[in-house]
Amino acid sequence: MNLFVFVKRVPDTESKIKINHETNSIIQEGLNFVLSPYDEYAVEEALQIREAKGGQVTVFSAGPDETRTILKKCLAMGADEAVLIKDDAGETYDALRTARIISQALKTKYTEFDLLLFGKQSVGADSAQVPSMVAAMLDLPQVNVVTKLEIEGNSGTALREIEGAREKATFMLPAVISAQKGLNEPRYETLKGIMAAKRKEIPVVTLEELGIQPEELAVGLKLTKMESPPVKESGKIIENEPGEAAKKLAEFLRQDAKVI
Amino acid sequence: MILVYMEYRDGKIKKSALEALSEARRRGDEMGMETTAVLVGHGVDALAPEAFRYGASKVFVLENALLSHYSPSGYTQALVSLIEEIKPEIILFAATSMGRDLSPRLAAELGVSLAADCIQTATKDGKLEVKRPLFAGKAFASFTFKASPQMASLRPNVFPLAEPVEDQGETIKKEVVIPEDQVKDKVVEILKAEGAELDVTEADIVVTGGRGMKGQENFDLLRELTSVLPNSALGASRSAVDAEWIDHQHQVGQTGKTVSPSLYMAFGVSGAIQHLAGMSSSKFIVAVNKDPDAPIFKVADFGIVGDLFQVIPPLKEELKKILSE
Repeated sequence: MNLFVFVKRVPDTESKIKINHETNSIIQEGLNFVLSPYDEYAVEEALQIREAKGGQVTVFSAGPDETRTILKKCLAMGADEAVLIKDDAGETYDALRTARIISQALKTKYTEFDLLLFGKQSVGADSAQVPSMVAAMLDLPQVNVVTKLEIEGNSGTALREIEGAREKATFMLPAVISAQKGLNEPRYETLKGIMAAKRKEIPVVTLEELGIQPEELAVGLKLTKMESPPVKESGKIIENEPGEAAKKLAEFLRQDAKVI
Repeated sequence: MILVYMEYRDGKIKKSALEALSEARRRGDEMGMETTAVLVGHGVDALAPEAFRYGASKVFVLENALLSHYSPSGYTQALVSLIEEIKPEIILFAATSMGRDLSPRLAAELGVSLAADCIQTATKDGKLEVKRPLFAGKAFASFTFKASPQMASLRPNVFPLAEPVEDQGETIKKEVVIPEDQVKDKVVEILKAEGAELDVTEADIVVTGGRGMKGQENFDLLRELTSVLPNSALGASRSAVDAEWIDHQHQVGQTGKTVSPSLYMAFGVSGAIQHLAGMSSSKFIVAVNKDPDAPIFKVADFGIVGDLFQVIPPLKEELKKILSE
């Protein structure tokens, strides 16, 4: 099995997000960047499939040079190869652009694969669009938000999370899968893995080498404004004995808040 | 023309789809644009009147037996054939599981960008402007679209439903032709969660338990509260999920679901930044926690400093009493 995993470098979930209102962008200074949490499940799933069925796991990421850190982490987890697609555009919040880069790489240079794995969404942009878009561009089946995956021969079955239920979907390989928490328990890097990853070369591919014309990557969304959430005024805090507190709360919900 | 995708389940159009349709009609009236809806499936014409009631003047029904179960590739093919014919300027989806799965595939087929999970729409120079959360709500960004059709998915439970009108309109049924091998991925079965609990993203009231719940068995106390409160769902913080007290489907926060119910009740939730991101946009927030310095109190409209195990039983009785009045 030739397994490709696509990952993204994002600010960790502890981050406080500050905005530069002049440039309409997130202030990068002071942010700690990590492998996007859902991508860890995608990497882990690829490793488990390789362990069960043999094959090779290659991890891709598009971004600036700093992206190497998360690719090294994936190598340390056990991926065989990692490829950096050099893209210095920064965050555009335009999933179509990212999907075009990935699908172009898969059409021109990395054409042999059985399964494409993604995290169900990147933390931050929260778009959850790239997997479906890549599937459309390559005319492949897709199953998103997957919590269970089984591959048998050249077909697969996946459970995907929906509102209050799970859908069981079937598909033929090659296919696009996006991972949800619960799919597996991502492993920690071993010391041996970290040492091996340090020595491993990460090839760099430019957009030109993938035959991508700059106009193809024109951003389709125009960012008009970026803002922080409104600051909430502090509410009413009480410390009465439980029975009394419960009574006050119930009354407040009915009479003041009018939510019940 | 605005086209809104009508998702249905168990023979009923989803409320979130009707919310998107209501919002589409508000923008459509401002822009002088016709608001229409589309149903995809097998034998679903009977659902059209519900879309008329919430603002559609026309409902397109895309019919094919192969589409009786959801398939992202199959449904996309069907929608592309309609869209190429009627050329809508704006296409809207509800940002449900299906909407977030299907809309990007359709957008890529049409070669346009899409703004996902929007919480606000507006008319700007005759075109659509949308606002969407980033980092699960730690920031918000507004966008306009450079190409047509302008595509967005709208978060459930945020946009008000329109007052229903008379169910009059034109149903346009189309038999779509799809080669069987173009249905590449299909749902073969829906496995309902036990008790068919309501999802946190769709509920009016979310009752959430955190580390302070102390154990799996104590979530039954919260289930008792949800059984008293109408249209409510059970939520959980990340630490409760990681401790395996409750399934991840219930997790609220940056690596879980983002919710904006009318009422959010947090029991034993400290209020880590990742959790606050996922629930701060709730209309009214209640917190019960022993620690008066817990960050959750900073966003709470009403807080009780106290032992949740002593507060919940009398609270349940008080709520029962008030709700029966």
